[in-house]
Amino acid sequence: MVTEAGSGHPGGSLSSADIVTALFFHTMKHRPEDPKWPDRDRFILSKGHCAPVLYSALARSGYFPVDDLNNLRKIDCHLQGHPDMHKTRGVEISSGSLGQGLSVSVGMALSMRLDKLPGQIFTLMGDGESQEGEVWEAAMAAAHYKTGNLTAIVDANGLQIDGFTRDVMNVEPLAAKYEAFGWTVKSIDGHDMQQIVDALDWSRTVEGPASIIARTVKGKGVSFMENQAGWHGRAPSAGEAERALAELQR
Amino acid sequence: MATELKPRATREAYGEALLELGKLHENVVALDADLAGSTKSGQFGKAFPERFFNVGVAEANMMGMAAGFAISGKISYASTFAVFATGRAFDQVRQSIAQPRLPVRVCASHGGLTVGEDGCTHQSVEDIGLMRLLPNMRVVVPADFNQTYAAVLESYDIEGPMYIRTGRPKTPFLYEEPPKSLGKGADVLREGSDISLFACGIMVVRALEAAEELKKRDISAEVVNVSILKPIDVDTVAASLSKTGCAVTAEEHSIIGGLGDAVQEVAAECCPVRIGRLGIKDVFGKSGTPDQLLEEFHLTTEHLAGLAGQVLSSR
Ligand SMILES: Cc1ncc(C[n+]2csc(CCOP(=O)(O)OP(=O)(O)O)c2C)c(N)n1
Ligand SMILES: [Mg+2]
Repeated sequence: MVTEAGSGHPGGSLSSADIVTALFFHTMKHRPEDPKWPDRDRFILSKGHCAPVLYSALARSGYFPVDDLNNLRKIDCHLQGHPDMHKTRGVEISSGSLGQGLSVSVGMALSMRLDKLPGQIFTLMGDGESQEGEVWEAAMAAAHYKTGNLTAIVDANGLQIDGFTRDVMNVEPLAAKYEAFGWTVKSIDGHDMQQIVDALDWSRTVEGPASIIARTVKGKGVSFMENQAGWHGRAPSAGEAERALAELQR
Repeated sequence: MATELKPRATREAYGEALLELGKLHENVVALDADLAGSTKSGQFGKAFPERFFNVGVAEANMMGMAAGFAISGKISYASTFAVFATGRAFDQVRQSIAQPRLPVRVCASHGGLTVGEDGCTHQSVEDIGLMRLLPNMRVVVPADFNQTYAAVLESYDIEGPMYIRTGRPKTPFLYEEPPKSLGKGADVLREGSDISLFACGIMVVRALEAAEELKKRDISAEVVNVSILKPIDVDTVAASLSKTGCAVTAEEHSIIGGLGDAVQEVAAECCPVRIGRLGIKDVFGKSGTPDQLLEEFHLTTEHLAGLAGQVLSSR
């Protein structure tokens, strides 16, 4: 899909793929035939550049034809470089400017509480994204308002655009930070499906906001992309894509 | 037009000029927010690691830090994409940089629609308006590599804060070599008597092409490259307007707040004439290749020439 587009973000899409798969095909209650079903759980992709993983999950859930994926980022395709709620069925909110998704999620969570809606909000963020101050303003608000219907998942792949997160601007310890902000936190291996589904299910039972720190590998599953900053926002060539898909299908 | 030179992106000129400034002046510091590879500030970072600060994905903090350096005797160059520099960090730029009148250079790459496939979240079409609104802020939109290089070099000696917008794609050269200075910022590239074409950034090349096109229809168009949008060169703009009596503005920006408004402000106060504005018509962008987007949003030579024709015939 990203190869067809000629640009896009494979690294962070692959590190989140197991988490997003668990959400769409195990954890979340949602109705692809009725995207606005009020009782649904909601997925917020705060790190909007990982649109490819969201679009894949939406397509394979039935929100739109899988074939559309080949038109990612093309003029007049509904699949924009970053998620656009007005264009793509199943996208809850437009995103792409990092650091805003958790704030929106807190507002949605509180609104759903007012409306006595049963859904849980699952918000996926990056570790580089977590350098934005707004993330921590939102974290403070979520705990303050005791948003029990909110789960924040950090795809802690240790990389951002300019290098390793610890070298560019250290954000660790993430778990201790969320704890200090009043959240209940679980750290997991973000590629161990059992741990992922257990943690997601657990997060529903937490009274206040729950945070899952998922340790992941950027570019997971593709040997030449794994743990390489260079694959953050670069499209594989046709040959590279072939190799990557072969490795992923193994 | 200096067509023999291979097109180069204006953001690359930023990287090279910043590196040069680092060599020339010890009190130059540079900051970036996890986009040092894209904005090209990374070259400076490699050469002067002790004077380079990559603050991570934290634009507001970057602008605040840039202010802190500037108030302490440094000239700060803070770079990120134009959307984030002016949008995310607007209040920091306003309160900590513009009002204190500090020598911070907000160096914004990836201006306009030609960001391309990333789509509307990353396409800055309001940044010039936002920056033009701020008192004390000098707003610079160079038209090619060489003019960008000159603007960045010259910025060291200019008092107060400055916004410099560069672009992502390779663009043709207009200037054979970096001019000594941007001067007052309105450069008459071609004289004409029937209509003035004011353009900035990537639209200057298109304005020159449109002038050629209009010539075939016996219309003599004057082309003015407006590289400093604020303070705008009132004398040059007004002189051109009074000479031709009508104008078209062209910019890779919203028709609200940018060059179109800047020229209209001069016209309204000095010499009211009919002006057509070519720009993004108060909408967000979308994904596509830069060329497809320029076509779809009418930022082409043909549309420019067409609008000039309309303005002339309705005068
Ligand atoms: C406010 C904002 N600043 C900068 C960017 C450009 N940008 C896109 S992705 C990225 C790095 C994100 O790193 P991380 O959150 O760790 O994402 P992942 O590793 O999961 O891809 C940056 C700086 C942006 N999209 N939004
Ligand atoms: Mg990361």
